[in-house]
Amino acid sequence: MVHGYDALDDKTLNTRTGKGGLGIARRENLEAYLFLLPWIIGFLVLTIGPILASLGLSFTDWQVGLGMNFIGLENFRLMVVEDDLFKKSLGVTFNYSLMALPAGIVVALAMALLLNQKVFGIGVFRTIYYLPAVTSGVAVAMLWAWIFNSEFGLLNWALDLINVKGPAWLLEPRWALPAFAVMSLWGAGGLMIIYLASLQAIPQTLYEAAQIDGANVARQFLHVTLPMLTPTILFNLVVGIIAVFQTFTNAYIMTAGGPNFATYFYVLHLYNNAFGYARMGYASALAWVLFVIVLVMTLAVLRTSQYWVFYSGEKE
Amino acid sequence: MSLQAPADKPQGWTFTYKTRRAVVQLAVLLVGSAVFLTPLGWMVLTSLKPTEQIFLFPPEFIPKPVEWDNYAEAWSQGEFWTYTQNSTLVAALNIAGNIFGSSLPAFAFARLRFNGRRVLFLIMLSTMMVPIWVTIVPTFLLFKFFGWNGTLLPLIVPGFFAVPFYTFLLRQYFLGISHELEDAARMDGANSLTIYFRIVMPLARPALATVAIFAFVYHWNDLITPLIYLTDEKLFTVALGLSRFRNSYRMEMSHMMAAATFALVPVLIIYFFTQRLFIQGIVLSGSKG
Repeated sequence: MVHGYDALDDKTLNTRTGKGGLGIARRENLEAYLFLLPWIIGFLVLTIGPILASLGLSFTDWQVGLGMNFIGLENFRLMVVEDDLFKKSLGVTFNYSLMALPAGIVVALAMALLLNQKVFGIGVFRTIYYLPAVTSGVAVAMLWAWIFNSEFGLLNWALDLINVKGPAWLLEPRWALPAFAVMSLWGAGGLMIIYLASLQAIPQTLYEAAQIDGANVARQFLHVTLPMLTPTILFNLVVGIIAVFQTFTNAYIMTAGGPNFATYFYVLHLYNNAFGYARMGYASALAWVLFVIVLVMTLAVLRTSQYWVFYSGEKE
Repeated sequence: MSLQAPADKPQGWTFTYKTRRAVVQLAVLLVGSAVFLTPLGWMVLTSLKPTEQIFLFPPEFIPKPVEWDNYAEAWSQGEFWTYTQNSTLVAALNIAGNIFGSSLPAFAFARLRFNGRRVLFLIMLSTMMVPIWVTIVPTFLLFKFFGWNGTLLPLIVPGFFAVPFYTFLLRQYFLGISHELEDAARMDGANSLTIYFRIVMPLARPALATVAIFAFVYHWNDLITPLIYLTDEKLFTVALGLSRFRNSYRMEMSHMMAAATFALVPVLIIYFFTQRLFIQGIVLSGSKG
């Protein structure tokens, strides 16, 4: 078991260093760092460097073409006190995550339960349900803008069949964000696959034990399936939060943030400041706020996990 | 604890219950399939309709006559052949870059012992969470400093440095490769590079294929990077070219849907032929380290 990742900590390593010359361990050390080079360079130049540079720039008023001055925390004061669009975009993003994340998690779980059955042709159904998740980007956004068309769109036709007069969706401030949430459910197959993999990893013996104890299907779901899936729900929640805060393409293509800023997502504001008005200092401040929000929310969710996430290994 | 065998139930009842259950399941699955497929079907049908058939309520689903010309016209309204070449080039180089740039560090994390392995691995994992928007401004300025903005380089070069997600995915796969071959090769004096090229990489082909597919889909669909760096239409990718379609209001809906269909077809074809790899990649990334 010498090779297992956990079997070896750094201490054992040093004891293996040879007496003179290049010991086996030291040579392996050198080799390993050469293998790591693509990551180390990428990490320094394309990740941590830019993160720190962003922080530095966020204390300046730099606008491309104009001068750069150190202005301390002025950018952050502007954000909170004067920039209404900052607050608006933050509100839009939070509202959307409150709609899309819970709905996505529930729908994807329902899909996974459905697709975990042993039915004839289940493989074909899985292929179909997952299909929309691999499509994304501009083409899909254009398609959905057409589906949400108030007069000739497919969705309002379907609603008309059950005698519901559909709203103008992307043209109405009240309905534009829910429209985005509806669209996101179409791609719920991505989450579904993760649930499906976890469902299939639940030991059959747990269900057998529950049956012997007389648990019906509903109780088996509540007391076996759901607790065993909580780590997956946690994972999906964290990934979902990070994804929602990066919603760009759909909003850029379908509504450009409208109507009346109803779909003005946070990164649209960042994009406009950086690449529309070339306000690099202010955009960097916005980027750092995004970074902190994502970090805090992720940590907060992980913090709460001890109250609701069940790890089957921990009781041993 | 009651030990009632299922055989206590009347046989006929079990049969009808099972049958009824299967029928309901099948019906629900079929309705779901219709819901998931309809938008794509609607896209294709719209792309084949003559203009006068598009703005009708209730809609007519079957194009009459079928206007294949919509595709030719959509194609001629943008420089789609150029876009396609650019997207293919960007995707192909990123596939190569991602495979090497991510598998080398993954090999170190999975198979070599070195000081600070645990810490570096945790750092790499945590950078998976960093949204690209956090680094986008300084990266843009850096590439501007290099004189790369307005060229395809910002879309290609970063791909050659490890992508944390793929590195993690490949490391998970490498961990599972047996050590017997490696030990034998080491006995014969093989160094790590030989082991990487001759043993681990050939055995990891399915995982490498998964990375290739993910990289293709990501770069084929990506709008943000081309949007920020490209200005010359000769260098536009399909996604960026398509986004300009959207902004021109004279565009006919049938032409837009034809262009959208064209942009989605490569991804759909790859998905149909390689579904297993997609799913394996997701399962692998969820497995514990």
